[in-house]
Amino acid sequence: MAETTARPLSLYVAGDAPARELIQRCVHCGFCLPTCPTYAVLGVEADSPRGRIRLMKDVWEGRIAPQNAAFERHVYQCLDCRACETACPSGVEYGKLVEAARSQVERTRPRGAVPRLVRWLAFDQLLPHPRRLALVARLTYLARDLGAAALLRLIGRRIRLAERLAGSLDLVPSGAPSAPQLPLVFPASGERRARVALFQGCIQRAAFGGTNAATARVLARNGIEVIVPEEQTCCGALHVHAGERASGRELAKRNIAAFERLGVDAIVINAAGCGANVKEYGWLLKDDPLWAERAARFAATVKDATEILGDMGLTSTPGRLEASVAYDEPCHLLHGQKISAQPKALLAQVPGLRIVPLAEADWCCGGAGIYNVTQPDLSQRLLHRKMEHVRAAAPDILVTANPGCLMQLASGVRASGMRTEVLHLIDVLDRAYAAAS
Amino acid sequence: MTVAAEGIAAGLRGAELGQRLEELLGRDKVLWRPEELLLYEYDGAVDTARPDAVVLPSRTEDVAAVARFCSRHGVPIVPRGAGTGLSGGAIPVFGGVVLSFARMARILEIDVPGLRAVVQPGLINLHLSTAVAPYGLYFVPDPSSQKACTLGGNVAENSGGPHTLAYGVTTNHVTGLEVVLSDGTVVRLGGKALEGEGYDLVGAFVGSEGTLGIVTEITVKLTPLPEDKRTIMAAFPTMDQASETVSAIIGAGIVPAAIEMMDALAVEAVEAAVHAGYPLDAGGILLVEVDGVRDGLDEQRDRILEIVRAHGASTLRVARTALEREQLWAGRKGAFAAMGRLAPDYYVQDGVIPRTRLPAILRHVKDVGERYGLRIANVFHAGDGNLHPLVLFDSSDGEAELERVKEAGREILEACVDAGGSLTGEHGVGMEKNCYMTMQFAGSDLAAMRRVKQAWDPLGLANPGKVFPTPGRCKEYDLRRARA
Repeated sequence: MAETTARPLSLYVAGDAPARELIQRCVHCGFCLPTCPTYAVLGVEADSPRGRIRLMKDVWEGRIAPQNAAFERHVYQCLDCRACETACPSGVEYGKLVEAARSQVERTRPRGAVPRLVRWLAFDQLLPHPRRLALVARLTYLARDLGAAALLRLIGRRIRLAERLAGSLDLVPSGAPSAPQLPLVFPASGERRARVALFQGCIQRAAFGGTNAATARVLARNGIEVIVPEEQTCCGALHVHAGERASGRELAKRNIAAFERLGVDAIVINAAGCGANVKEYGWLLKDDPLWAERAARFAATVKDATEILGDMGLTSTPGRLEASVAYDEPCHLLHGQKISAQPKALLAQVPGLRIVPLAEADWCCGGAGIYNVTQPDLSQRLLHRKMEHVRAAAPDILVTANPGCLMQLASGVRASGMRTEVLHLIDVLDRAYAAAS
Repeated sequence: MTVAAEGIAAGLRGAELGQRLEELLGRDKVLWRPEELLLYEYDGAVDTARPDAVVLPSRTEDVAAVARFCSRHGVPIVPRGAGTGLSGGAIPVFGGVVLSFARMARILEIDVPGLRAVVQPGLINLHLSTAVAPYGLYFVPDPSSQKACTLGGNVAENSGGPHTLAYGVTTNHVTGLEVVLSDGTVVRLGGKALEGEGYDLVGAFVGSEGTLGIVTEITVKLTPLPEDKRTIMAAFPTMDQASETVSAIIGAGIVPAAIEMMDALAVEAVEAAVHAGYPLDAGGILLVEVDGVRDGLDEQRDRILEIVRAHGASTLRVARTALEREQLWAGRKGAFAAMGRLAPDYYVQDGVIPRTRLPAILRHVKDVGERYGLRIANVFHAGDGNLHPLVLFDSSDGEAELERVKEAGREILEACVDAGGSLTGEHGVGMEKNCYMTMQFAGSDLAAMRRVKQAWDPLGLANPGKVFPTPGRCKEYDLRRARA
């Protein structure tokens, strides 16, 4: 039955094809299948990591084109949560593969005028511009407060786009947006153990600016001086995840240029999705002779806030917080950066906190960057699954460490009428320190 | 080769088959577009073939409806669990329908006092043990792929695992089945009782590789978790020393729960993957586990350590915590899946030999590797004498290279059978070793098996092209054998 005819060559267009040497690592053993949230929900091989890798291999072998609608559908139905990377004994770097596959879709499949406009607005006109993003954030909060979601749902019976916008409004965090202007320097308390630069992010800065301030306070309190360089921009994670690698590279270069001359010990990020992306700047720019080395050097200095605090240890004892907490691990912290022990250890050091186990804490909540906007149905199914586990654990505080997860989990908690508070891990620490003072 | 030559009536095929099935079952349960079918042409092994349609049933009635339809239209049916199999069991050699059990993965009943569970075939092996652990129970057979493989697949292949040495393989842990025959009839075999009246049809069905019918529900035996375990990792300068130690342990009257062996090449891949703590400079590694009631376990452990030392072990480690034990096992269980670190593809054999012949056969495996210029890693159930030589290669080197790799595999199998062993311990015959069945069985033996197959599946539509030699695919091998 063997087919012996030579196959035609690859159907990828030049640049950013899913790397063949990464694909070859896959021995199709299937160990990734039970860890894949979309496979769990859909039960179809094409929506498993092994299936998607096979599709990418099939493009190399000329059996399917990257502009095939099925190819696009399945590589975009992926959450890019990278749980499969943790499960893979052969070390397949799936995130790099799926991101490259998406960039091939964007290069080969012309999009209509409306999606092009939306992408241009979001990726080029908003995310890289903190002031515009802050304005949009304020307008979004206002729209929510005025009850726009209900109105949109009414319209949504006729126009599907309105229904989707209403869904997006559900993600808006409660309360007012906090985007405080941070001081340029947070001096270390006591003996200075390190000097770091804070990476503020885009959404994180516009919607969770308070967490950035808390990060600087907690680091400083533990002998780590924090500087906040003004000349920084969005890390480009959402761009890279959406196949917009060219814009992702431009943003990466701006950040590298902004940070590399500061001479700091580390660059600290509190958004897991950004951290995972920035740590891969070396890969993103590997084919650019002017930037490859600079990018790799820059990436090596990046630390998640929980990583640096956990590794260096707390020098200041947190105050008492009487509460039960469950930790939902951000995929891009656990699977993307392999950071799991440090955040758990930090929570364990807060007196009074009772840590309760959360089933499937290593599973994606369906937030996945902008997945909850682009794939609302699947995202909701995964959120329901997550909320069942949260309900069973019934913590006072649900802790995570990434803006996308914070918004998704908070919307899930609100929708299911639970009284659980959803907080960034750093905000929990900050609150504990406030209790100590 | 034509389909007719293999004795299968050429029935309904192609997109029309998929569309008709869609009408029967609804769009959500059927895949038939070429780009969707591409992803059901492989499993965990090396052979491929594309189905004409894939059906994702959610209940027994769906399976029965598909079987009725297929029997009326001459369409082969090939069941598929997680596609982790290593003998091509889930590959549709003659096209037709692949039945994926991904959406039939529920536990239907846990009967704690009766020590039984009733499950659907798509349930992942490990998920059953996890679910019954709160009751102090587990499901014994633990294939290395247990994180991913399904119980339906385990039943089809009569899967084993490291712990089958003391506790037996899947067939020893299944008491009842619901089966859909290839004409759509639903039958129940066995039940919760250990012994039934009449023929032991559960025994006949387990390990039949989908050639007698399709399992839709499984009643399994649950076992109380052992009170405690002792797990030992011993590294030896040579594979010979490790092999001789295996016989010495069992010769001393100890029956460990598991004795696993790995060679240096396997250790290289495993250490890169999971950092299990195996020494990279060892010629061979043994993993030995004893379990049971706590009393006496330390004595068994000490006797094993004594034997291991006497055979020249260079490094010894005894797991002190459950975590350390898990770490030692993670290395072994992830070994096949870690081969991607050494080569893009591997071809694994599953021959069984009398334990005492281990040193000689392992030297033969090494010799085959050298003669063919192929790297071969060894990771296997030494206590059972169940070898797993992994022949490393690169499929992008073409069909001819795969043929050469299979030739090397065949030479190893012949040596196993000549040594008084068998073709397969736990991976199944599938489409990978069916031509070699004549090595082990006389014509009359095979004919008796065929009559069983005919009684259950008169039209020959249940996973055709598996287990029995097929004239077309096996012609070359038969000719060579006749000449020899």
